[in-house]
Parts: sequence; structure tokens; C-alpha cells
Amino acid sequence: MTGPMKPLALTSFTATSCLGQGLEATLASLRAQRTGLAPCAFETVALDTYVGEVPGVDLTALPAEFTDYECRNNRLAHLALGQDGFAAAVRRCAARAGSARVGVFLGTSTSGILETELAYRRRDAASGALPAQFRYRGAHNTFSLAAFARAVLQLTGPAAVISSACSSSAKVFASARRAIEADLIDAAVVGGVDSLCLTTLYGFHSLQLVSRLPCRPFDAARDGISIGEAAAFALLERADAHEPGVLLLGTGESSDAYHMSSPHPQGRGARAAMLEALERAALAPADIDYINFHGTGTPSNDESEAHAVAAVLGSGTPGSSTKGATGHTLGAAGALEAVICALALQHDFMPAGVNTTAVDPALQVNYLRDNLPQRLDYVMSNSFGFGGSNCSLIFGRRGRGS
Amino acid sequence: MTLSACIDGVGLLGPGIRGWQHGAQILRGETPYVAAPSVVPPAECLPSAERRRTGTIVRLALAVGLEATTNALADPAVLPAVFSSSGGDGANCHEICQALAGTERALSPTRFHNAVHNAASGYWGIATGATPAANALCAFDASFGAGLLEALIQVQVEHRAVLLIAYDAAYPEPLFSERPIPDAFGVALVLAPAAGSTSLARLAVELSSAPAERMPQPALEGLRAAIPAARSLPLLARLAQQATQAVVIDYLEPNNLALRIEPCR
Repeated sequence: MTGPMKPLALTSFTATSCLGQGLEATLASLRAQRTGLAPCAFETVALDTYVGEVPGVDLTALPAEFTDYECRNNRLAHLALGQDGFAAAVRRCAARAGSARVGVFLGTSTSGILETELAYRRRDAASGALPAQFRYRGAHNTFSLAAFARAVLQLTGPAAVISSACSSSAKVFASARRAIEADLIDAAVVGGVDSLCLTTLYGFHSLQLVSRLPCRPFDAARDGISIGEAAAFALLERADAHEPGVLLLGTGESSDAYHMSSPHPQGRGARAAMLEALERAALAPADIDYINFHGTGTPSNDESEAHAVAAVLGSGTPGSSTKGATGHTLGAAGALEAVICALALQHDFMPAGVNTTAVDPALQVNYLRDNLPQRLDYVMSNSFGFGGSNCSLIFGRRGRGS
Repeated sequence: MTLSACIDGVGLLGPGIRGWQHGAQILRGETPYVAAPSVVPPAECLPSAERRRTGTIVRLALAVGLEATTNALADPAVLPAVFSSSGGDGANCHEICQALAGTERALSPTRFHNAVHNAASGYWGIATGATPAANALCAFDASFGAGLLEALIQVQVEHRAVLLIAYDAAYPEPLFSERPIPDAFGVALVLAPAAGSTSLARLAVELSSAPAERMPQPALEGLRAAIPAARSLPLLARLAQQATQAVVIDYLEPNNLALRIEPCR
């Protein structure tokens, strides 16, 4: 039913998280098996937990012409767009293809909601009104991220934010892939940005899904997530016109139709997403060299995902969750982990799942607790979100494999 | 670049509009438009525990989605879906921000999971058993156009029918002063690659720099301008009138969407 897709090249990519700003710092942290998680000292948050905070996000204001977009989320986006020559690569692409032929598809779950949370503390005592400086459109609204990126990058093509909780910035790859295949656009800026805010910190706490320790995905003693923040971007272009590099080979999406905040126990939707990604990539399960798990570190997520992975790939494929290093960056996780997969392909290593000391014997997976240097041809990345939203992506390298 | 699909079924609900049949009569001028608050039905399709947890915006999305799939004689369980909303659940967001501004900062788990932009999509899956891909988009005032493009692209690239649901609900104060969406408006379209027994029209869409058309009736133009999902009204009016016509609707600056509508019967 599902046909193979035409591969797309990631002609430029970048990531900024608690592991560092830009690819070099991110790679160095991954190689050192370092976690960026630290005890939460964010804003006025009084929760006993670890977070993956990006230092210095609020130190730099946005350039004057973008004042209407001021919020932590867009400041983090701006910080990331300036790394690794990403914005310059997008401008060169727009000069070639035309700015109207470059789409923008970005994921976020909470956008600039922190601004609204803070504004609610400063409501007018008499009228209840929000402070005059509050900007709904540029800060709070979910689309603010894509509007801001489009303005900074001077693009005039189609754009949308995809906001399906923790699968958001994996699904942007699928939407961009289709828009390019339909010839609506020639290239797309994809990615995700999510930043720390009280809604997610206190919200996940209310669901009792937050660990007091740095999260330990797939550990027998895992007891919840650590929340992180990140911005990650990639420029997708048709592969045939470009030099060898990292390719997007497959996308798969599905819905659990099961529960709002718990995954299907047997990973039914996860399985369907992985199978569709393999089908679109025209690959067999045995071709996958490494899998970057969604691996949030909650008991139920990791169990459900392990079932699904074992059913689709078997139990031998080496895999890890990099959330022990980055925290769960929610709407940015899909794009951040896509960039980590791209680094793994470029630098011939599988990143370890840090913090995990004793892999849960009930989970039938080959979980990497140490980096494994090895040539990789094909890697898979899983992202699953509230509302039962699943997405699986496959990346590879041109000129490798069969 | 032209994207095209057949419209097999429509769902519609808004202030003074009680469904597609009723809306089509208004849009054809057979029934006068009478402004009235939107009446959003309870989500009978959900198990009672889930039903109690839904707010207006989720019930709105489910109602128009089910009306469209019913009119299209389509099984919702097998349709991929595109949900598009200009800002999600403003009422729920208000409650969360209010709680976080207090000293306790106690959120209920339900409030939190209802805060995700894809909440309607999650409940839709639980209600209908739909397991195909579901997307949840936001493009501020351009959200209807962005959803329509995403759905048409899916129809064209994947050669399969897709359900589009675009929906917005009222914002309470103090957010209303910053984002004055006055009431609930939802529209759903079942879009298919080829004409079938229920197809109303074939729709062809291109990006355009031409200005978007307004509604000739002031009250309907008021709705169109005030609620992003109601930017669909000029399209729905042509669909109701069942004549071959062209119309331009709002999208994302500097682009609008030029539509051509050809009736199937």
C-alpha cells in the first residue's frame, strides 16, 4: 500500500540543547557520554527534579525588528539558527530555489507559553487584564515559532507548526517530505524548538511522570522523565542534486487510538509507524544498524516501545535513548534526535544511553550503555506523543549499504 | 503547482449554523442567517469517562468530523486525519495559567493532557478507533489554509482519502482581549483522490497573490474575519451553490489560495 519515498538530503543541520550549542559541542558531549541534566533551578520552579536547561537563552534579546516575537522559545530558536552556518545555508538555498519555494515545518508543544504564565502573575488587580507588553501572536501562539523562523530566514513559502506533543518535530519531516514530493516546494526548513515552562514542568509532575533523578531510560529502576529544552533544525532538499551526505530515507506515522497520556501497552501504534518507515525506505528490519529510542524513562513508555521494537526489528538491533543526556525535549525531541542520528552516521558511532546502569531484563532490547564506534548505514529514530501520536524516521548515508 | 481532490462529505458547525445542511441553505440564500451562539453537542461517541474530560473545542472537532464522515459514507477508523486549529483550547489554557499564577501551582492531569494541541486528534482516535496517521497543525490566522494544503498534499502524494478538521473555540478573558475569538466554529471535509457516490465537487487549489474574497452578507463576513476556521466560508458557499466557480481564500502572507470548484453532479 505504501510506496517507497524519494530520499531527501539533509544539506545542513544544527542542534542546541543542554549538551551544547551547535554540532561540535553536541558531538563532544555525546562522545564523552556526558549528561547535560542538572538539578532544576529554572525560574521559580520548586520541584525536586533534574532538567536539561540551555544556558544563556535569555541573555540575548532578539534583533530589534523581531521584538514582537520576544519569548524564551524564539530566543532559543534564534540561538540555534545562528549555529553551524544553518541560516546562511537556508539563505543560499532560497537564493537558488526562490524564497517562495522553501517551506517551513516546525514542531513545538508549548511555543512561548512561558510569557503567558508570567503575564498571568501581573494581571491588573482591578480589570484582570494582562500587562500591556504581552504579545499573544508573537509569543504565546503555537505558530509563533514558524512565523519567527520564516521572518528571520526571509522565506515566503508555505509554513505550519505541527504540534502533536512529543512527536511534533519528527512529524515535520513527513509533512515536508510530502510537500516536496507534491512539488509545492523544492526545499524545507524542518525542526523543533521547545523551551522550559511551568506548564510542562508542573503538568508532567501532576501525572507523576517526572523522576527526581536524572532520567534512566530502559533501566530496571527507571521512574520517569527529566524535562529538557532544545532547538534543532535541518534543511531538506531533493537528494539527486546534492553531494553525498545524510539522507532522510523513510517516514512512518500512526495513531494509537488508545489513551490520551498512556501508550498502547503492546506498542501497536509504534509498530505500525516503524513498519511504514521501513516500507518507505525499501529496507528490511535487519538493515537497521542502530535505533534511537523514544525512551522517555517512564515505566510504561519504555515497556511499550520495547515490545514494538522487538516485534519489528527483533531484539538484537543496538539502540539507546539519548534522553538520559538531553532530557526529554518534548516538541523538539524528534528533530534533536534526528540530528543526533545524523551525527552518528557522519562520525561512525552509536551514542550510549547515559545514566542507565542496569538495563531492565524484562525489556528485550540490545541497549547500549557505552558508545559503540562502528560504521553505520541505516538508523531509525522513534518519537511518540500524548494523544497516541507516533512517528518513526529512517536516515542513512548515500553511497553506503546495498 | 495545482493540488486537487474530490470533496466527499462536509461537516459544519458555528454561531447560528447547525450543520452542513443548515449551513448550505444559509449559504445558498434559502434560509436567512440568524446570529446565535454555537451549540456544540456532547461527545456521545466517547466512553463516558473520556466524555466528561472533553472541553468545547474537542467536542466541536469530533462533531464536525463525524458529520463529514457520515455524509461521505466513509469509515472514520481508516481515514488519515489532519486537524488544524489556530490556537487550541483557550479555556483550558486560561485555567492552567491561572493555577500556575497561584501559590499552589496544582494542575489536574486532565487539564494538562487536554492542553496539547493534538488533544482533539487523540480523542478522535479513542472515539473512532482511527489508527492511521493524524496530524495537528497550527498556522495562526492561516490555519484553515494550512490544514487544507496538508490534506490535499496527502491525497495527492499518498493516493488516499483524508479527513480535514479545522476548528476554533472562544477565548475567555483576559486572553480574549489579546485574541478575540468570539465563539466556536468548525468545518470538516472528507477529501478523496477520485469521485465517488457522495462526491459534491472536485476542488483544485493553487497558491496565489490575489486578494481573498469576503462574504457578501455582513454577518457571515463578520464570522469569516473573526474566527480563523471560518476563513473556509467562501469555499463552503461555492460548494453549497453547486456551480463551477473560482474563489480565493485567505492563507499565509504573501500567499492566498486560489480555488476552483467543479460540481460532481
